[in-house]
Amino acid sequence: MLDFLTDQELTAVKLSLRVAFWAMAASLPFGVFVAMLLARGRFWGKSLLNGLVHLPLILPPVVTGYLLLLLFGRRGPIGEFLDTNFGIVFAFRWTGAALACAVMGFPLLVRAIRLSIEAVDRRLEEAAGTLGANPGWIFLTVTLPLILPGIIAGMILAFAKAMGEFGATITFVSNIPGETQTLPSAIYTFTQVPGGDAGALRLTAISVVVSLGALIASEILARRVSRRIGAL
Amino acid sequence: MTLEVTLRHRLGDFAIDAAFRSDGGLTALFGRSGAGKTTLVNVIGGLIRPQWARISVDGRPLVDSDRGIFLPPHRRRLGYVFQEGRLFPHLTVRQNLLYGRWFAPAVSRKADIGRVVEMLGIGDILERSPGRLSGGEKQRVAIGRALLAGPQILLMDEPLASLDDARKAEILPYIERLRDEARVPIVYVSHSVAEVARLATTVVLLEDGKVVATGPVSEVMARAELYPAADRAEASAILEARIEGHDSADGVTRLASEAGLFRVPLIADPVGSHVRLRVRARDVMLALHRPEGISALNLLPGTVETLGGDEGPVANLRLRCGQATLVAQVTRKSIRDLGLAPGRAVFAVVKSVTFEPRGMGHFGDDAPNGGFGGDTPNGGSGGDTPSGGARS
Repeated sequence: MLDFLTDQELTAVKLSLRVAFWAMAASLPFGVFVAMLLARGRFWGKSLLNGLVHLPLILPPVVTGYLLLLLFGRRGPIGEFLDTNFGIVFAFRWTGAALACAVMGFPLLVRAIRLSIEAVDRRLEEAAGTLGANPGWIFLTVTLPLILPGIIAGMILAFAKAMGEFGATITFVSNIPGETQTLPSAIYTFTQVPGGDAGALRLTAISVVVSLGALIASEILARRVSRRIGAL
Repeated sequence: MTLEVTLRHRLGDFAIDAAFRSDGGLTALFGRSGAGKTTLVNVIGGLIRPQWARISVDGRPLVDSDRGIFLPPHRRRLGYVFQEGRLFPHLTVRQNLLYGRWFAPAVSRKADIGRVVEMLGIGDILERSPGRLSGGEKQRVAIGRALLAGPQILLMDEPLASLDDARKAEILPYIERLRDEARVPIVYVSHSVAEVARLATTVVLLEDGKVVATGPVSEVMARAELYPAADRAEASAILEARIEGHDSADGVTRLASEAGLFRVPLIADPVGSHVRLRVRARDVMLALHRPEGISALNLLPGTVETLGGDEGPVANLRLRCGQATLVAQVTRKSIRDLGLAPGRAVFAVVKSVTFEPRGMGHFGDDAPNGGFGGDTPNGGSGGDTPSGGARS
């Protein structure tokens, strides 16, 4: 079906999908947790956490990528620790690309989930408590189903962001075909070589289709969920 | 089942300092809005952490500030019916009903869903989503949901306040059934005289965060001095009565009460069943001699007990009639003209009796009004049932 693509292009598309999926999936639990903290928590340093989460949105992506390189690179404090203790390496691997995309998409993910948490009628949670549910069960059986539309929206946003992330990724993990050359990096590469226009155009088309598809899918899912919730 | 509550709590300018005890039946926390009723019931339910409280159910402490005990709501095993229902919008009615069962200890799962569904009349809406229910249906589901969690006590915070009169009339009989059949003690918050008169076994009257009166409903409701000045005439005698017989030729039903025999237009409930009568002070006239040629059916001989307070042009007399006490609203002038004094024998002319039999509807004693269902126990006289009553 994707015969019209060259091997290099196909690899870039597959890699991008894999990177975007893992960036979204791995950051989701953290995203829900941080959104809960920001929406409900009362603690010292809340504004600081909020600022930190939103930082990638404001910073130049190159700066974010460079900071990741400093922290998670082979010589970086976190990178070295993870490498020696768990054998996890981010530098110049596709996992690093996923990390960069996750960090860049995190503010969008948290923001969407946080808004939906703030919209939850807490009196419903109280009611669940009087019916015998402890806070953990209240979260799983009442809060989580009610914020599902927000979670879905956040996931789609994070996925779309990851598909298009360029600056932080290329700074952190470079542009290695087959390992870290994601779709945007591949497009960039094509535009830098003579006669690469056709490849760049093909990948651009795919990029548009994937993004549109993601948006439509999110729209349909969100509508189905909010219908089930019963139009509050 | 005994609930004991002592509470001291301050919120800004408002302080609650209250204590009461309930031994089953329906205990009404009664008072005007702002009296602290909801705060009190929220403290019992564990939704508010009080500054100082001691609350126990059958000796099991839920809160004991001196011993540092504060059980979270989910470990109290109290059902809570909120004013706005608070059904879970993402679950169907059936799933809402079963929600609490999940968490209830196995022993308390005996509450049978079939019976509860039948008692509340919600069998037809089980698969619907709460967004598509009427206000009355929502409240019935909320009651069922609380009941099926197997609570030791049911807390109800103004469960009818957000409903119109017709919906109220639809739910009241279910709450009566709950009180009489489910045998779960109920703590019921209300500011409505009619609801309390109809439902309560015991009344705890709250004013500005303090308990000003507590006792059996017939005692508290008859004490006119407890009502705000404008509502004195709402003071009522509450009488438990039994249907003694029907005279279908005359179209009347005889009701035996502690105060004597009442005659009301024929009702459909079977002989021997119980009804609760409410005789309001403003519906009772006094005569020194047995009046003749009068349309009122109900004349009860009695003796004046007290003349009531001495402010204002109107007094609420207490009368001893048989084994019960009636209250009558009389002007100071009449007291003087008739020479009324404690011990004086009089006849009470009862113009109107308000009551609700098992079904619904309200009846006057001598003026059948549209809507009283002579042949349909559930005949919806709807409208103003809770406080209605035909006048002659």
